Amino acid sequence: MNKMEWGPAMPLDNPQQRVERHTISVLVDNEPGVLARVIGLFAGRGYNIDSLTVTEVSREAGASRITIVTTGSVDIIDQIKSQLGRLVPVHGVTDLTVKGDPIERELALVKVAGKGDKRVESLRLAEAFRAKVVDATVDHFVFEITGKVSKIDTFIGLMKPLGLVEIARTGVAAISRGPEGM
Amino acid sequence: MARAMTGAEIVLQALADQGVEHIFGYPGGAVLPIYDEIFKQNGIKHFLVRHEQGATHAAEGYARSSGKVGVVLVTSGPGATNAVTGLADALMDSIPLVCITGQVGTALIGSDAFQECDTVGITRPCTKHNYLVKDVNDLARILHEAFYVAQNGRPGPVVIDIPKDVQFAKGTYIGPNKVVHKTYRPQVKGSPQAIRDAVDLIAGAKKPIFYTGGGVINSGPAASKLLREFVDTTGFPITSTLMGLGAYPASSKQWLGMLGMHGTYEANMAMHDCDVMICVGARFDDRITGRLNAFSPNSKKIHIDIDPSSISKTVRADIPIIGDCGYVLEEMLRVWRSRAPQIDKKAIKAWWTSIEGWRSRDCLRYKMRDDVIMPQYAIQRLYELTKNRDTYITTEVGQHQMWAAQFYRFDEPNHWMTSGGLGTMGYGLPAAVGVQVAHPESLVIDIAGESSVMMTMQEMSTAAQYGLPIKIFILNNEYMGMVRQWQELLHGGRYSHSYAEALPDFVKLAEAYHCVGFRAEKPDELDDMIIEMINSPKPVLFDCRVSKLANCFPMIPSGEAHNNMLFGDELANEDIELAFSKGKALV
Ligand SMILES: Cc1ncc(C[n+]2csc(CCOP(=O)(O)OP(=O)(O)O)c2C)c(N)n1
Ligand SMILES: [Mg+2]
Repeated sequence: MNKMEWGPAMPLDNPQQRVERHTISVLVDNEPGVLARVIGLFAGRGYNIDSLTVTEVSREAGASRITIVTTGSVDIIDQIKSQLGRLVPVHGVTDLTVKGDPIERELALVKVAGKGDKRVESLRLAEAFRAKVVDATVDHFVFEITGKVSKIDTFIGLMKPLGLVEIARTGVAAISRGPEGM
Repeated sequence: MARAMTGAEIVLQALADQGVEHIFGYPGGAVLPIYDEIFKQNGIKHFLVRHEQGATHAAEGYARSSGKVGVVLVTSGPGATNAVTGLADALMDSIPLVCITGQVGTALIGSDAFQECDTVGITRPCTKHNYLVKDVNDLARILHEAFYVAQNGRPGPVVIDIPKDVQFAKGTYIGPNKVVHKTYRPQVKGSPQAIRDAVDLIAGAKKPIFYTGGGVINSGPAASKLLREFVDTTGFPITSTLMGLGAYPASSKQWLGMLGMHGTYEANMAMHDCDVMICVGARFDDRITGRLNAFSPNSKKIHIDIDPSSISKTVRADIPIIGDCGYVLEEMLRVWRSRAPQIDKKAIKAWWTSIEGWRSRDCLRYKMRDDVIMPQYAIQRLYELTKNRDTYITTEVGQHQMWAAQFYRFDEPNHWMTSGGLGTMGYGLPAAVGVQVAHPESLVIDIAGESSVMMTMQEMSTAAQYGLPIKIFILNNEYMGMVRQWQELLHGGRYSHSYAEALPDFVKLAEAYHCVGFRAEKPDELDDMIIEMINSPKPVLFDCRVSKLANCFPMIPSGEAHNNMLFGDELANEDIELAFSKGKALV
């Protein structure tokens, strides 16, 4: 017996729908607990968070911008947006993916330890990726790299065999193209 | 008008400026400054409950029956945690509450102080919004904002957590008209284009149905009036959810009764077969839709709701209209009248013929007995003997609740208070307390189950203290009937822990609470005793002994389609087994 037939066949769970990745910007009033509200909403309703960043963007207006990268079917993504919009301290919700090909950047700090050829190779690759050396001893480097998520993923992948020790990533900051704001 | 006051004074001033007359609460260390201010004034009347859950349900009953915001005041820690059930209940059923909780002093927050709990953390997922007030100068604004948020958009409960030092501190008071919310602006007016499209779709319908819910009640009496006008103008059939009963009069010919799991055959069949569904302020909850991929497969759906997240959540809307039911109905009616559309009279007549066919199935029929009281009969008699009075009904949760929805007939909005979304046993008695406070001259009856009513029985003491003559009409089947019914149908009749053993003597219990008790055991005693109950000036516990093993039908098993109903009068065991084998994992 297939699940669709007897489960409460939520179109939200619709297996026929393709899973998409969306980047959503949420402008919120910077009151205490607002991030907990957003995260609690995702946890409570079982939505995915692939990446989440938050910082104040206007001190005077007391506004913060939350950038969430999430995955789900089109129906789920629509639900996520309406649920976010329903939170009392939310000014606005914009689906940057629907607006079209947003600019997305992430920063990562990557620590690599090693000697000899491996060390030389890591530095050479870092240059090719325009990563900066922000800390070094004769035994290690810390690289700072900025770019699309995929670029950072690739860089980290390359560092693995060269003595990767640890990584710290910021999560995605994103903005739409063109002159208009959200 | 900005003045310096203490935090506790600000609370009372803000409540007064919000027009609050009654609050429900329970004192404790962290709210003593506020209780001190209550002592010093006469404008606001405080009702002392016996458990904080009772305060929240009383406030819900008060709010739902009066259209005002219900106000609750409780202390920190256990006071706040005891209030959680009522907050969750109010969130699910969209009831406007403002709940003020005391908190330990700001310097102690986070130190595991005596009676400290993370109230905003605990209540965040079960409130529409909540606040922790750290600065007395924010207090007045937050209080006024809380009332605004609780009532506007889709209503709901709001918690304001006030540390004790903030209650003592001096700060500036501002009045409600000085407060404009920074972000919250729910959309009230529906899109004119969507409204015109909806009118076109309705006008061309061959098998239309109105499906309405609690949103119509929340929108206010004007929305119910407009709904009646629109439904009567079209001549189309109408059904409603549990929460929406009373928005359209049950005495009308166009009324099909409640729909859903224990709804009528005609309502569910009409929903299944319709070609245009006009959903007004309802949310396609699983108790309504049954199996989603079989839900009303051939209809175009118009969905009017003030909450965008309710639209296309479980059932896709063809014409979504985000807005307040009252406003949208008014616009629809205006457009309808200006267009004066030609409806397909022949098709509508044929549609009514089908509906009459389903109606003639007489799905609520049950076998009368003269040796025991059938629960359905008890409610029918209660209805007949109270229908000409100004009667408000609350319920607990279980079979009796469904029988009340099926057999008590509501002609007015705000006269029916029940826990629909959360299904909270123990709701009805304290809710009746709140209703009686809002309507001191009216007859307020809690149609109860013997098990549910034990959960908040102590509020009889509240009723006695304030002379609130609520009537608790217990359909006593000595079982958690609804649980027993599911065990009978789904678990091979193994009645695991659903027998209400060692029940108290409800008549003696009533006396112990300074109230009046009655017991009816035979159908022929019922009428006289109900009349005595009505005439009693005191709170009453009425122990109505009913058939112990009666089941509530019709029923759509969980996960089944609307056209797959079970009826009480013709069930063989094999049918039951088959019907329920599929949805066993569902609730
Ligand atoms: C607080 C709470 N606990 C458990 C349940 C599960 N439950 C639903 S109905 C029911 C039995 C209710 O029994 P009673 O009040 O006697 O009503 P009856 O069904 O017999 O009319 C139970 C235990 C619930 N709804 N609420
Ligand atoms: Mg019972």
